[in-house]
Amino acid sequence: MARFVIRRLLQSAVVLLGVTVVVFLLLQLVPGDPVRVALGTRFDPQTYEALRARAGLDQPLVVQYFDYLRRALTGDLGVSFRSGRPVTAIVLERLPATLSLAVTAVVFAMLIAFPLGIVSAIRSGSLVDHAARVFSQFGVSVPDFWMGIMGILLFSGVLGWLPPSGYVALTEDPGRWASHVALPAATVGLVTASILTRFIRSSMLEVLSEDYVRTAEAKGLRTRVVVLRHVLRNALIPVVTVVAVQLASLLGGVIVIEVLFAWPGIGRLTYDAVAARDYPVLQGAVLLVAALFLLVNLLVDVLYARLDPRITVK
Amino acid sequence: MSEQQISREGQVRRALSALRRDPLALTGTLVLAVLVVVGVGGSWLAPSGINEVDVDVMLQPPSWAHPFGTDELGRDVLSRVMVAARVSLQVGLVSVGIALVVGVTLGLFAGYYRGWLDNVLMRCMDVLFAFPVLLLAVAIVAVLGPGLTTAMVAIGVVYTPIFARVTRAGVLSVREQVFVRAAVSVGASDLRIMRRHVLPNIAAPLIVQTSLSLAFAILSEAALSFLGLGVQPPDPAWGRMLFDGRGFVTEAWWLGFFPGAAIFVTVLAFNLVGDALRDVLDPRQLTVSEARRSTA
Repeated sequence: MARFVIRRLLQSAVVLLGVTVVVFLLLQLVPGDPVRVALGTRFDPQTYEALRARAGLDQPLVVQYFDYLRRALTGDLGVSFRSGRPVTAIVLERLPATLSLAVTAVVFAMLIAFPLGIVSAIRSGSLVDHAARVFSQFGVSVPDFWMGIMGILLFSGVLGWLPPSGYVALTEDPGRWASHVALPAATVGLVTASILTRFIRSSMLEVLSEDYVRTAEAKGLRTRVVVLRHVLRNALIPVVTVVAVQLASLLGGVIVIEVLFAWPGIGRLTYDAVAARDYPVLQGAVLLVAALFLLVNLLVDVLYARLDPRITVK
Repeated sequence: MSEQQISREGQVRRALSALRRDPLALTGTLVLAVLVVVGVGGSWLAPSGINEVDVDVMLQPPSWAHPFGTDELGRDVLSRVMVAARVSLQVGLVSVGIALVVGVTLGLFAGYYRGWLDNVLMRCMDVLFAFPVLLLAVAIVAVLGPGLTTAMVAIGVVYTPIFARVTRAGVLSVREQVFVRAAVSVGASDLRIMRRHVLPNIAAPLIVQTSLSLAFAILSEAALSFLGLGVQPPDPAWGRMLFDGRGFVTEAWWLGFFPGAAIFVTVLAFNLVGDALRDVLDPRQLTVSEARRSTA
């Protein structure tokens, strides 16, 4: 187990290093001078020189990269071309909004997907199973932002139950936070639920066909006991991975949904940085998201290995 | 006729007959056929010009004259939806084409030669996999500048690792087969072995992956266009039309409904065909795309 964890840690470190190279190169891909492009009509020679020097753009490329890496390791992701504020602070400020949306969406998705996936596998071929399959096909095909627009139309425009957009912090007013998070979380959650339902159903079906399940049934155990004690435990192990990967993706900021619902998270920050050509903020947001994504994957692999010791052997 | 050829023809026949027998897959195929016709002939088939502004009919609800209504400039929404089909299909085909060619080439070399080349190439793919799909596409388009071409390149780049992994996995199992060893022993070059013996035998999972990736590429393009990073106005794109219409959604529902429905139907059609192909050609393949279906 320890060897497995160390190996995965090393692999993640190598990938993270590669991620920093990609993120660093993003700035180099900007046609022309990125600082000049970012300043646009607000150009003034003093600000220009200061930002170039601060971003290290007057150094050779290799020096720039190692400088970027050294600063990133100490939590310094540079300063915004627009506001002059530290990128790390700007990105971290947006994390709670994204976190609250992502967690709510995943909880919402799990509340739908677990019962639906389990029942559709146990009653394979039934009406519930068909409904679950239609639902999951719908979810993987529907554009989430379209569902969001239709949600706004129905729940804000027609019924007037929920606000069409905006954000209130959970710590500020839990009630108003809930009413604001409901639509974006349901929009993202329904898509996530459809993906989870598929995995839970197929994972359950695979375990249900195992010999030990047939043996348990042959012993005369009740279906409920077989499902709870023998099937669920094994079937849900791979589902842990899918839930975590979905959560990690959502932590990356659901850009389109955050833009649609004016939700001030990482996704919205990325969008604003693109619009303002604020490349250090764009780089910072992308780097943080990729690092979070890697971290969650690493934690899941370790958790998975703990739940199923065969993984470390493989 | 060699055994390999017979088995390949068998696969194609099985795939076609599965598409015919499965009502959902058949529906998907028919929808795609209609889309191709609309995509190719959209400009001629559309009842009005896509940029014909008419201030007298601004924000008109669906009617016989304008079945999908009109937008805030009085343009016919049906005509714009029809012409935008070409953009979606073009982006889907070109971006998946890029991902397929680059990904398959990298996967072939990695799986065939293994060793350090495999390690380097696959770690590069791992790096690309570490980014949520849409976030990476947005970042690439942001630095290269918005537009149709950069959107296609960006989507192609983010889907490349999936093809590289699927190809590599296939190559690793095929390269140990007797017919590959036989080809090596008669002195066939590596490139010839890869092209003539390895590639045809890993075609099944690649076909499945291509059809499913087309669906996700179209979704990604719609998302990029929604963010204003894809097709630029006044050219119509379904995602862009949704973005432009979102401000009027409560007073003109048709502006949000029809372009979104067009994306949904197209993606659903590709998914139905892809699922049917997977059931026949590659039933054991894990749904990589589903896991990667990032909502970011």
